[in-house]
Amino acid sequence: MEVRENIISILVNNKPDVLARIAGTFSGRGFNIESISANVMMNPAITKIIITTRGNKQTVTKMEKQLHKLVDVLQVDDLTDVDSACGEMILIRIKLTEENKGKVMKAINTYNWRVVSMDPSSCIVEVTGDKELIDDALALLAPLGMDDFTRTGCIVLKRCKS
Amino acid sequence: MQLTGSQILFKILKEENVDTIFGYPGGSVMDIYDELFRQNIKHILVRHEQGAVHAADGYARVSGKVGVCLVTSGPGATNTVTGLANAYMDSIPLVVFTGQVQTWLIGNDAFQEVDITGITRPCTKHNFLVRRIEDVATTIKEAFRIARSGRPGPVLVDLPKDVIQTRIDEAELKYSISLPDKPVIPNAKRCAKALDLLKKAQKPVIISGGGVLLGRASEELRSFARVLNIPVTSTLMGLGTFPASDPLWLGMLGMHGTYYANMAVSYSDLLIAVGVRFDDRVTSNVEAFAPHAQIIHIDIDPASIDKIVKSHLSIVGDCKPALQWFNKEITSGRLSLPAEQIKSWRQQIRQWKEKFPLAYCRSKKIKPQCVIETLWKITNGEAIITTEVGQNQMWTAQFYRFDRPNTFISSGGLGTMGFGLPAAIGAQVACPGKLVVDIAGDGSIQMNIQELATAVQYNIPVKVVILNNNFLGMVRQWQELFFDKRYSHTDMSHAPDFVKLAEAYGATGFRASAPDEVETVLKKGLHTRGPVMMDFEVEPEECVYPMVKSGDPLTEMSLGDSNIVA
Repeated sequence: MEVRENIISILVNNKPDVLARIAGTFSGRGFNIESISANVMMNPAITKIIITTRGNKQTVTKMEKQLHKLVDVLQVDDLTDVDSACGEMILIRIKLTEENKGKVMKAINTYNWRVVSMDPSSCIVEVTGDKELIDDALALLAPLGMDDFTRTGCIVLKRCKS
Repeated sequence: MQLTGSQILFKILKEENVDTIFGYPGGSVMDIYDELFRQNIKHILVRHEQGAVHAADGYARVSGKVGVCLVTSGPGATNTVTGLANAYMDSIPLVVFTGQVQTWLIGNDAFQEVDITGITRPCTKHNFLVRRIEDVATTIKEAFRIARSGRPGPVLVDLPKDVIQTRIDEAELKYSISLPDKPVIPNAKRCAKALDLLKKAQKPVIISGGGVLLGRASEELRSFARVLNIPVTSTLMGLGTFPASDPLWLGMLGMHGTYYANMAVSYSDLLIAVGVRFDDRVTSNVEAFAPHAQIIHIDIDPASIDKIVKSHLSIVGDCKPALQWFNKEITSGRLSLPAEQIKSWRQQIRQWKEKFPLAYCRSKKIKPQCVIETLWKITNGEAIITTEVGQNQMWTAQFYRFDRPNTFISSGGLGTMGFGLPAAIGAQVACPGKLVVDIAGDGSIQMNIQELATAVQYNIPVKVVILNNNFLGMVRQWQELFFDKRYSHTDMSHAPDFVKLAEAYGATGFRASAPDEVETVLKKGLHTRGPVMMDFEVEPEECVYPMVKSGDPLTEMSLGDSNIVA
């Protein structure tokens, strides 16, 4: 069966040890978490966790069943094949020099990236989009003097069925 | 009136009908023990916290109640880990209370501080660290509910010292819990789908597992199998769910299962697996497991379905209502299996049974199988038997013929040496009037031998049968068969004199050195009051057969001596 990236959305009780339980369930069953994002919902007692993990459909289904067994897990949705909006964000810091400044500015203008901070020696660019778009931005900026970056990992929201 | 955390603990324990605790005191739980001094609740002081958890485990398996332990923080808590993992693997409902350092010290590497909820997260069904006095009652209530609901399991509750000491006004003590505790009724439509498969079956076999015991569905299983004349095998955990004296009984399946159970499963066209999780000791080579069979898998845990073996039809729910549903279909005439349809199958099974029955050779030395067989005879198969792990456990599974549920108490999933003696103590506490025997090896008995003191202190009259071969027998067997007899560190001949040791503890000891002493010593031992340890000097290099080499198909069994009828 095909190994692919899977997106799992989990609603959990907002308790200090829940993330450890979920991470432990993944590692204990031999899975790696590729990306994770967790945020408190409007009801502060509940947290939504979005996890991406590689595996085939069968093994990921087993993983979901194991997650379901955790007492603090309220809901598990596999959104891999579900019609949903998906995106992530990256912040990229670039060291500015006389040589690269022009190229960096050109890239920023071409792709309409948002500049979050700018001073004479460095700038931070924000890119939002799907995984491929972020990967492309990274590939473009890496040789231009990229210093460091932070990326959120995938977040996803199911589209309304109407 | 004001209540301390300790008083709330005992208040809830009473509400949960807990009358026995297995425990060991220490600094962090001194307040609880002080309150216990005033409470009317039985406490069994073990000699090691691991023993407390195994004893509670044995107690739970025999009584059907939740087993309860109380230990201190730090090492007291870490000593429970093996017991928790053992109960988790075998789905045994326990609530284990651990002391913890004061909340303001947590995270400071305080004396006897350990992150026990962190340590036990993967080997408990759930665990709690209670940080506020207001949460004590609710949390303990939840712990019991979680331990026994659905697929049962152990729950740990970590109680910091200051939380236990704090007082709260009884009027302010509000607790309610929202988790469901109803039996999971299986979907009738899915059950109905099974009817067609059942009606067409020509070579049906039932595999009964530990879930049948936990779901208290032995009666339903018996009736289902007997009316339809379906042969029954069981996993190690399922022994006792179906009577070994019934002609439909096939014995245990798997690595050390009977020839005929393994053959029946391998040639079956319909497996009805009830309350099993298809452990690798059961399936061996999964690819080659039951290759001709459609599989109906009934289990309460959805995560067990299709985890190892893909089922053709899965029914998620308590096995009791599931089997009741099928039995109702039978009584109403909608489900039957004509005798003619399975006649040749039953004939085939009879031939397999006659070809290779369970057997062993007699010799001048005591045969371990003979000890168990004799024990079975003189107890009329009515004792509660616990085992340690290894050869002693497998021979017990093969040669003690269990007719009743909850009479075979063994560490199935984790394979914990040292389980048998404390589990026997727990079982005996649950059933004071019954005969409880721990069948042990000379290796494993030494892993929790200290609990003999517990048995003596409370006059818990457990009988220990040591099959003493001066080896770590099962490991030696593998070394003999797969490592050219290189007996690397399995020689156990430097052992204590078990008779003297029993006496040193204040128990009674007996020894048998020759086959003709077996019956006499067993009778003497079983009729002696109080805890007794019987040391049987058995054939040192006896192997357990049949044996399927790990990873081989179940049909490829080494039969060893077992093809020679005694």
